[in-house]
Amino acid sequence: MPLQYSEIVLEHFRNPRNVGIIEDADAMAIEGSPACGDQIVVYLKVDKETKKITDIKFQSFGCASNIATGSMLTEMVKGKTIDEALRITWKDVAEALGGLPPVKMHCSVLAVDGLKSAIKNYLGEKREEKFTKEDLVNILSKILYPNLSIDIVSLKMVNYININEKGKVYIELVVSPEDPFRNHIKEEIEEKLKKVPEVKEIEIKFVY
Amino acid sequence: MRRVYLDYAATTPIRPEVWSAMEPYLREIYGNPSSLHSFGRESRVAIEEAREKIAKAIGAKNDEIIFTSGGTEGNNMVLKGVAFALQDKGKHIITTPIEHHAVLEPCHFLEKLGFEITYLPVDKTGLVDPDDLKRAIRKDTILISIMHANNEIGTIEPIKELSNIAKEREVYFHTDAVQTVGHIPVDVKDLNVDFLSISAHKFYGPKGVGALYIRKGTKVYPLLHGGEQEGRRRAGTENVAGIVGMGKALELAISELDREMERLTKLRDYFIREVERRIPDSYLNGHRIQRLPNNINFSFAYIEGEALLLNLDMEGIGVSTGSACSSSSLEPSHVLSAIGVPIELVHGSLRFTLGLWTTKEDLDYTLDALERIVNKLRAISPYKQGWTLKREG
Repeated sequence: MPLQYSEIVLEHFRNPRNVGIIEDADAMAIEGSPACGDQIVVYLKVDKETKKITDIKFQSFGCASNIATGSMLTEMVKGKTIDEALRITWKDVAEALGGLPPVKMHCSVLAVDGLKSAIKNYLGEKREEKFTKEDLVNILSKILYPNLSIDIVSLKMVNYININEKGKVYIELVVSPEDPFRNHIKEEIEEKLKKVPEVKEIEIKFVY
Repeated sequence: MRRVYLDYAATTPIRPEVWSAMEPYLREIYGNPSSLHSFGRESRVAIEEAREKIAKAIGAKNDEIIFTSGGTEGNNMVLKGVAFALQDKGKHIITTPIEHHAVLEPCHFLEKLGFEITYLPVDKTGLVDPDDLKRAIRKDTILISIMHANNEIGTIEPIKELSNIAKEREVYFHTDAVQTVGHIPVDVKDLNVDFLSISAHKFYGPKGVGALYIRKGTKVYPLLHGGEQEGRRRAGTENVAGIVGMGKALELAISELDREMERLTKLRDYFIREVERRIPDSYLNGHRIQRLPNNINFSFAYIEGEALLLNLDMEGIGVSTGSACSSSSLEPSHVLSAIGVPIELVHGSLRFTLGLWTTKEDLDYTLDALERIVNKLRAISPYKQGWTLKREG
């Protein structure tokens, strides 16, 4: 049975967009396999602040509809946030292509699965990179005590640190109530930690 | 745009001479060949002349040829007709896994009815080992069906050797010769077969008509029951124009067989050589020598066949592929799978079949397009040489 492809499918097949590798991708995913005759590899670049997909590329071992769905999907998600991208369904991609033959719908499913896996890997990798005590110590050891040019960790000013699962950071600092730089140090720590997405809440206590 | 048809094994166009021979029988000569009046007799004469041409072309007697609707019917009739006629003797049939679906599907049907089918192994080039056939024949074996040449990879089976084994053991031997009649010498006496299927549209005749050789005295039940046509072996009013066209087409094909075989073999080998020279990681499927003069089948690593086919189509070139993606059932080629081609290379296979109107210029045009398209698709593919992902290393 000959397959009928829409003009849009054929156009994307002829001139596929966003083909290739992103060398410094934030995430990638492989969906399908050559043995199945259908495979797509998706590379993502995500802006950490805005969560927007700034770049996306794909590679394909597959038929015309595999290439066309990869091309269309990458066009559709470019510039979208990962949440918006996750809402795109295989039906949306097939529709945007002016329809696919019924036996080729799985190509659209494959492409969308590839994107979802890549986003999942992106989110997953960040979970692995979660904010640890080491990270916290790292940040604190870059905060210098004014006029001394020695960091507060080396000065043994940090008495106790903790990070809970909800992203709350607790820090006890040994600072005299008379220390003129008390608030300055506190503000500097808060400023640095606010840039860390995983840190949701900061409590700094002075002990003496 | 230039158009290059390289799918002659799928079907061939009707030759102008064939059309001229057929035309009167679609217009003024319309009598039913079974009628006794002059209108009928005119059609009858045309049918019998065609029968004689076909019988002569394959070394058979006139009454050993019956007309069918094509290769599928011929194969169905032999498989089912022998199974039903000889089931008291036994219910075992031997065939190969690389047969056309028109043989394999009747076999699967017979399996459901309680027949047992042995599928002989084939080697990497698709050849059957006669020793395997010897070992497979049993007391209850009633039929052996092995194709003369494979439609996908063009491998020509050693039918003579195989049928002689069948003869020694007194088992009927059928060969599906749809790809060989009109393309390479076919003589039923030389091949020593009991049944041989023919299809007209593979040798520049019309579609919907074929012939079946049934050796005299061979027991087989009809597939179609009804009128008394074809010596009661095939009911239904004859496809007069089709039969006339088939006769003419085969006559012409035989008259230029040697010259055309030589010409196509040269073109075939030129194409194979050029593909292997210009496209790395391309693998010829089938036998290099024991091969139909017009068949070329290659697997191109790292890419998929339907994408290749459609890209070639956009350049006006018509070929076929064994990739699952090209079929509505999403099943990859059973032939390439059976000869042990790795599945990813089955998906990346293309068949080019040459014919009467194929020129070297056509092949050069195709080679240029093919090289360009393979490179284009390989650039998109995640794989590089050795099936490693491009980003690795």
